[in-house]
Amino acid sequence: MRNAFAKTVVTMAEQDPRVVLLSADIGNRLFDDYKSKFPDRFFNAGVAESNMISMAAGLAMNGMRPICYTITPFITARCLEQIRVDVCYHEQPVIIVGCGAGLSYASLGATHHSCEDIAMLRCLPRMNVVCPGDAHEVAAAIPAALAVNQPVYLRIGKKGEPLVHASVPPLEIGRALIVRPGRDVCLISTGNMLPVADEVSVIMRQRGVSVQVVSCHTIKPLDQTMLHDAFSRFGLVVTVEEHSLIGGLGSAIAEWSADHPHPSVRLLRLGTDDAFVHGVGSQASAREKQGLTAEAIVTRLEQTRITVARWPRNKRASA
Amino acid sequence: MTTPAQAEQYDAIARELRARVVQMSCESKAPHLGSSLSCIDILVAAYWGVFSIDPTQPDAVERDRVILSKGHAAAALYATLAKRGFFPETWLNTFAADGSRLPEQPAPPGRDSVPGIEAATGSLGHGLSIGIGMALAGRINQRSYRVGVILSDGECNEGSVWEAAMFAASQKLHQLVAVVDFNKWQATGRSEDVMHLSPMVDKWRAFGWHTHEVDGHDIEALIHAMNDTHADKPTCVIAHTVKGKGVSFMEDDNNWHYRIPTDLELRDAQIELGVA
Repeated sequence: MRNAFAKTVVTMAEQDPRVVLLSADIGNRLFDDYKSKFPDRFFNAGVAESNMISMAAGLAMNGMRPICYTITPFITARCLEQIRVDVCYHEQPVIIVGCGAGLSYASLGATHHSCEDIAMLRCLPRMNVVCPGDAHEVAAAIPAALAVNQPVYLRIGKKGEPLVHASVPPLEIGRALIVRPGRDVCLISTGNMLPVADEVSVIMRQRGVSVQVVSCHTIKPLDQTMLHDAFSRFGLVVTVEEHSLIGGLGSAIAEWSADHPHPSVRLLRLGTDDAFVHGVGSQASAREKQGLTAEAIVTRLEQTRITVARWPRNKRASA
Repeated sequence: MTTPAQAEQYDAIARELRARVVQMSCESKAPHLGSSLSCIDILVAAYWGVFSIDPTQPDAVERDRVILSKGHAAAALYATLAKRGFFPETWLNTFAADGSRLPEQPAPPGRDSVPGIEAATGSLGHGLSIGIGMALAGRINQRSYRVGVILSDGECNEGSVWEAAMFAASQKLHQLVAVVDFNKWQATGRSEDVMHLSPMVDKWRAFGWHTHEVDGHDIEALIHAMNDTHADKPTCVIAHTVKGKGVSFMEDDNNWHYRIPTDLELRDAQIELGVA
């Protein structure tokens, strides 16, 4: 996803002379092409994220379209107040790109993990929260984020994630993508869990269960049409994210479902625990600990399907 | 060079603005009077003597940008903007009132704000960085406008101020001028006791800025310093000021960070300032 971002941002800068890229001393060599083409529109802001965000707001207030980039916790939690006041309160079209979604940087330890960022950014007024599911979605999300002309938080992975889409999909902020249609279970994924969600659907199909896979790349604003459809057609709706169950996609959809009750639907939320992930390990091993592998998710789905099937008919109808 | 007639005019404006902010605080019961009084001369220097602005065209692309980063002194800024002609002085009577466009700290430019406000401030340590962004936008678009940012000494507690200071110097932002209203107090104590700020001018110089140290109540000296810039460095003017300046019983008394003047005190202040 990182490379797709670096490549797309060059195209954006070619098309739009207002685009300015700011990086907080990260992405060594990543932006060489951009820097050689637009040296006056690139700033290494140093290891100083608060200043970077406020500067971006100042650039935007004077007609530019800044894109800020660094590792996720440092561009969200570290400078949250600058995002809140200078970007959101002033309604400035600053794009904040966090690299290393969730447990992408698992081996660097919890300082570099980011399982709280969606929660923090989602509650900021006027902020859009976008978590592309693969490199093709990243390529589509950047022009879409520029087009909304509002504050956008773009949460991307690192590099080498599997591709789910065959090509760059038509992506609109606030409009989820049905990656794989299905009948029995609706699996709504956000961000870098999309390849895992897709794998789950393949395994389940072999077991005779049809799983619809949705890439809910925009967590704010939520795609209400997609949700109405999911909660009307499916008895089991599952959310999956590499993020805490507090405040992320699952929370957002649980909030939505509280406001739009569908009593006969079971909502199952899968994400990370309310705990720091301790111990040395890769992203794969961290996901294993958190039950976020395809196999673990399949097990949870099957268990939950049994429970839902045992619901008394009257409970399902009138609960 | 300021002519004697101009100097006299600036002095009269400063006295009028001081009386106005005391009245605004008294009538609205809004605090931060001491902080407002300490930066009046800096604002007069900035809006009358240094920056190129046209109150009839507050959004002109080539205008100089001025940010009062110490947003708690908003009353001083509003009185200045009104006197300078950005909006009617009668609007000042609505300061901090329900439904007013003059909140106790500046709102973002737009429907809830008044002409002349470049950014919502009040959370300290933001204005200098925003100003850098504005200066960079000017440089990218090959415009020659300048950016002025007025900070408080207490504000210099914020780490983000020093992030901004380092970055502006690395970018050689000669069009950026910061003025520190160094009144030696912050909300609850002597600024030097709370955070070791001294030597203030050496700090900015060490961070790569072209610096001046002036009497922050000498308008001519302020104008000269803010205009005496460096080709490859941003400029920082350390303005030595007195909190509560201009009203004898408020001067250097930090109670006036929060205290609200009584009607009698307002009257006394007006007499002292010669505008009663």
